Amino acid sequence: MAFLEIKNIKKSFGKYEVLKDISFSLEKGEVLSIIGSSGSGKTTLLRCINFLEFSEEGTISVDGETIYDGGSLHKYTDAEIRENRLHFGMVFQSFNLFPQYTVLENVTLAPKLLKRGTTEEIEENAKRLIEKVGLSEKINFYPCQLSGGQQQRVAIARALAMNPQILCFDEPTSALDPELTGEVLKVIKGLKGKDSTMIIVTHEMDFAKNVSDKVIFMADGVIEEIGTPEEVFDNPQSEKTKNFLQKTNEI
Amino acid sequence: MTFLQVTLFLLEGFKLSLLIFAVTLLCGAPLGLPIAFCSMSTFKPLKAVSKVFVWIVRGIPLMLQIFIIYYVPGLLFEYPLFAKIDRYFFLEYGISDTGRIVAVLLAFAINYACYFSEIYRGGIESISQGQYEAGYVLGLTKSQVFRKIVLKQVIKRIVPPMSNEIITLIKDTALANCILVCEIIKQAKELAATQALVWPLFYTGVFYLLFVGVLTIVLGRIEKKLDYFKS
Ligand SMILES: Nc1ncnc2c1ncn2[C@@H]1O[C@H](COP(=O)(O)OP(=O)(O)OP(=O)(O)O)[C@@H](O)[C@H]1O
Ligand SMILES: [Mg+2]
Repeated sequence: MAFLEIKNIKKSFGKYEVLKDISFSLEKGEVLSIIGSSGSGKTTLLRCINFLEFSEEGTISVDGETIYDGGSLHKYTDAEIRENRLHFGMVFQSFNLFPQYTVLENVTLAPKLLKRGTTEEIEENAKRLIEKVGLSEKINFYPCQLSGGQQQRVAIARALAMNPQILCFDEPTSALDPELTGEVLKVIKGLKGKDSTMIIVTHEMDFAKNVSDKVIFMADGVIEEIGTPEEVFDNPQSEKTKNFLQKTNEI
Repeated sequence: MTFLQVTLFLLEGFKLSLLIFAVTLLCGAPLGLPIAFCSMSTFKPLKAVSKVFVWIVRGIPLMLQIFIIYYVPGLLFEYPLFAKIDRYFFLEYGISDTGRIVAVLLAFAINYACYFSEIYRGGIESISQGQYEAGYVLGLTKSQVFRKIVLKQVIKRIVPPMSNEIITLIKDTALANCILVCEIIKQAKELAATQALVWPLFYTGVFYLLFVGVLTIVLGRIEKKLDYFKS
């Protein structure tokens, strides 16, 4: 069994079926990029994985353990949902930093509230993560004093502070000015390693090609194509993938 | 009457104005919270009741509400409850054994609670869903997210409208004289009637102005304290 197994996820909003039977798996340390046109369900998929939405059907398993089964009659309690969420981290398109806290406080807030160690341990770890994203000089700044790219890097450090097994990014650079996307992508690339499993929804095709072990192309709520970056980008099988890649190349 | 005597006489009334102000704030501000939460409830009947209540209280002149609260219980029941409470707590305020002060305090607290509740609701609803979600994905509980992430942002947003409301409140206390509660304007009218002095009526404005000045400074400080972040 793979490290992360997503099986037959289905999600509808009212009558509108946004995710139609999504299945894929990911090994530990792998990076998966999800590409696809607007409205194809990429965000919804990440939100289901982070339990911000709940799929009506399908299972999610991490490290051999099925943590969620949408089809089962089991009613998940708030505590179970929170427990499940801890397997995953999430970096949002719009950063969502906590404005009233400094960079350091943003990163330490959750570990402190959830008692993930002593204050010293938590702060030391946070400082290490802040250094990793290149913001040691801004440690006592407030989010409003940072550029978008810096805010997103703080958001990455904040997610890492809870030590998630799988880190998800939802278009982490889409809200940024073009000249700021590079610094964020560099940080994400730097996270690659045998222990960090990542799922990245992105419109940055070069980056996806570069950094991923696996690429999924989504269209209309289904996985239209899945494979290595070479397979998907250089030798796409599906017409929809070909069209999509052609369009993004034209821009 | 000397200027000092008039001042002291008016000050007696202003003490009552301040009492109405303080009690309204101390009771109305907390009371606004449950009303706000009911208005945002996902339980439809509760939400509907709360919305209708707020609509009525905000839709009727405060003066009329004071009349209703003062007269209606007396028409319905024999027992002079308000008067009893009045005699117990507010005997020192002149004609206060008749339940007038209690009626005024009740009307003000309910009225302002409704206004405050709408400010709270607006503040809470203005916080983006992303703030909650960022907390949830870190594994925080709903209560942690509210207390540690959302609350301060809400406070920052409601300070300016609350300041407005609070400054309006001190001036609204003058409405109490509609049922002859001896707040400062009633006192001034008393002087006009008994001493043929009109100028004290205009002089009351100075009391309000001074107090509003103090309020403005204090509220401005609070606002400034929350200036360190933007949200
Ligand atoms: N809460 C919701 N209620 C109703 N419909 C929704 C909701 N969230 C998403 N949708 C719909 O589901 C579809 C997929 O949305 P989603 O945000 O997952 O797309 P996406 O692939 O992330 O697009 P983009 O690239 O623009 O971010 C869209 O048509 C959207 O309108
Ligand atoms: Mg999206």
